[in-house]
Amino acid sequence: MTTYLDFEKPISELEGKIMELRHLGDGDGVNIADEVGRLQQKVDRQIKATYAKLTAWQRVQVARHPERPHAKAYIGGLIEEFTPLAGDRAFAEDAAIVGGLGRFRGRPVAVIGQEKGDDTESRLKHNFGMVKPEGYRKAQRLMRMADRFGLPVITFVDTAGAYPGVDAEERGQGEAIAGSIELCLQLKVPLISLVIGEGGSGGALAIAAANKLLMMEHAVYSVITPEGCASILWRTADKAQEAAEAMRLTSDDLRKLGVCDGVVPEPAGGAHREPGTAVRAAGDAIEAELRVLGNLDPTALREARRMKFIGIGQLGL
Amino acid sequence: MNWLTNFVRPKLRALVARKETAENLWLKCPKCEQMLFHRDLDAAQQVCSHCDHHLRIPPAGRFPHLFDEGIFERHALPKVQLDPLKFRDQKRYTDRLKEAQAKNGAGSEAMAVASGKMGGHAAVIAVSDFGFMGGSMGMAVGECLLLAANLAVERKAPMIVFPASGGARMQEGILSLMQLARTSIAVSRVKEAGLPYIVVLTDPTTGGVTASFAMLGDIHVAEPGALIGFSGQRVIQDTIRETLPPGFQSAEYQFDHGMVDTIVHRHAMRETLIRITSLLMKRPAQAAAA
Repeated sequence: MTTYLDFEKPISELEGKIMELRHLGDGDGVNIADEVGRLQQKVDRQIKATYAKLTAWQRVQVARHPERPHAKAYIGGLIEEFTPLAGDRAFAEDAAIVGGLGRFRGRPVAVIGQEKGDDTESRLKHNFGMVKPEGYRKAQRLMRMADRFGLPVITFVDTAGAYPGVDAEERGQGEAIAGSIELCLQLKVPLISLVIGEGGSGGALAIAAANKLLMMEHAVYSVITPEGCASILWRTADKAQEAAEAMRLTSDDLRKLGVCDGVVPEPAGGAHREPGTAVRAAGDAIEAELRVLGNLDPTALREARRMKFIGIGQLGL
Repeated sequence: MNWLTNFVRPKLRALVARKETAENLWLKCPKCEQMLFHRDLDAAQQVCSHCDHHLRIPPAGRFPHLFDEGIFERHALPKVQLDPLKFRDQKRYTDRLKEAQAKNGAGSEAMAVASGKMGGHAAVIAVSDFGFMGGSMGMAVGECLLLAANLAVERKAPMIVFPASGGARMQEGILSLMQLARTSIAVSRVKEAGLPYIVVLTDPTTGGVTASFAMLGDIHVAEPGALIGFSGQRVIQDTIRETLPPGFQSAEYQFDHGMVDTIVHRHAMRETLIRITSLLMKRPAQAAAA
């Protein structure tokens, strides 16, 4: 069962018709191929037209689509010999962060991703991708290890934000994020981040203060969720759509602002329609960036990363 | 929602807004509700003489009490791009900025940087101004910390920061988030030069500021009773639907949970900072320079 977003109603109706026709066709052998083909073309056109002019809020919805490929899909599709590693060595294992070692297109790397989960059970297990301090400290542990062994670090960003809870505060959520950002900016190995869905605030930046920040076409990246922004500045979360527009959180706006270094095109209708294609395209983009960064020596890698962030803020829209 | 109220009125208000006069000579302590005379309160660095509550205090109120003989140089803030997102919520961001500057002084922002001597040695201090849009961190605050770090490295001086902020400045969108990274770089520059980076957590230190430069100190000092935390209390309550433990996110709570080295009374702050920095800088012992 495909989940349709509210603005995809015309698409869902057409695809519903196709399904019905196919169902009929199974029964009495009527030749419906022509009709299905015609409808399919119509759907394709409709999808292209809809997705060519998504509003910021619609992008947020696509970025949060329940069937959208999550970190595990990217790791599964791109990382061979993946060896998950766990725990922060201080308090606990946090499954909101999946990470470990593996081989990306032949080369050993460290991988860190925020995983939201795909069904109720796994969503609970991964805490909906909301990371606790132990998760950030585990990410730090993996980054330090990568740095020691000269392995590039690839991160997949997908979180609404760091977990806001009493237990997270007790264990220093702020310190854990701050330490993680600081460490990202100290690494002497290539660090490449890809926002695959939602890049939510400091909780995302903690693993994304990278040499190159890539975004999937329909991913979003912002200082707070549109709902959060609306409830602070408009005093009601109902204004989330307006907030989404004002915040400039889409991949094209962030590219213009110099925050995003590259956009990975998604299949028509979003990454969830053809996850394999989306993941492969992401891999190609990461590989291209990695090839360039591979020519820099360790100190230059760190300096280039820092200078990129120092320079951010000069460009306007 | 019309042209008159949204455009003309804020502009007029920005033009005619006077500096707030001290028409209220008496102030009520927000904690014990005792009435305090403004001159006494100024002399006591905004500490309540009845219950010792530390009231919020702007940069101009802090600097004279921190540097030797109250002598210091306040540094002009680097220029930043104004409103690159062309952000407007119920008001234009540029109008909000104008109002804040009319209230807090031309050229001001949510942080101020000063340098001078503490205990006879060079020191650089950056102080948040909570009165300026809630001390929120935008590009200007990022530049303040980079400026302070450069000054500290240039003068081989310790860098001391007093955050007081609600977090990132929403109106600068993603560019405010980028300040978490930029301020971390500023801190790294000081640390890598072998200089102390001291944070004095003051009321309130929350959000993106807590998730960056405020939690990266070699030493974390806190003022008593200060609110210090990452997530807002309302957000936490809405998420977990639990009542919060008593004293949650207070300086004392953060001390108990290992996030703060020491809680220091405002009246002992200068002397404490001089002692800490001179120990870290391996300076010879000397008679306390009060």
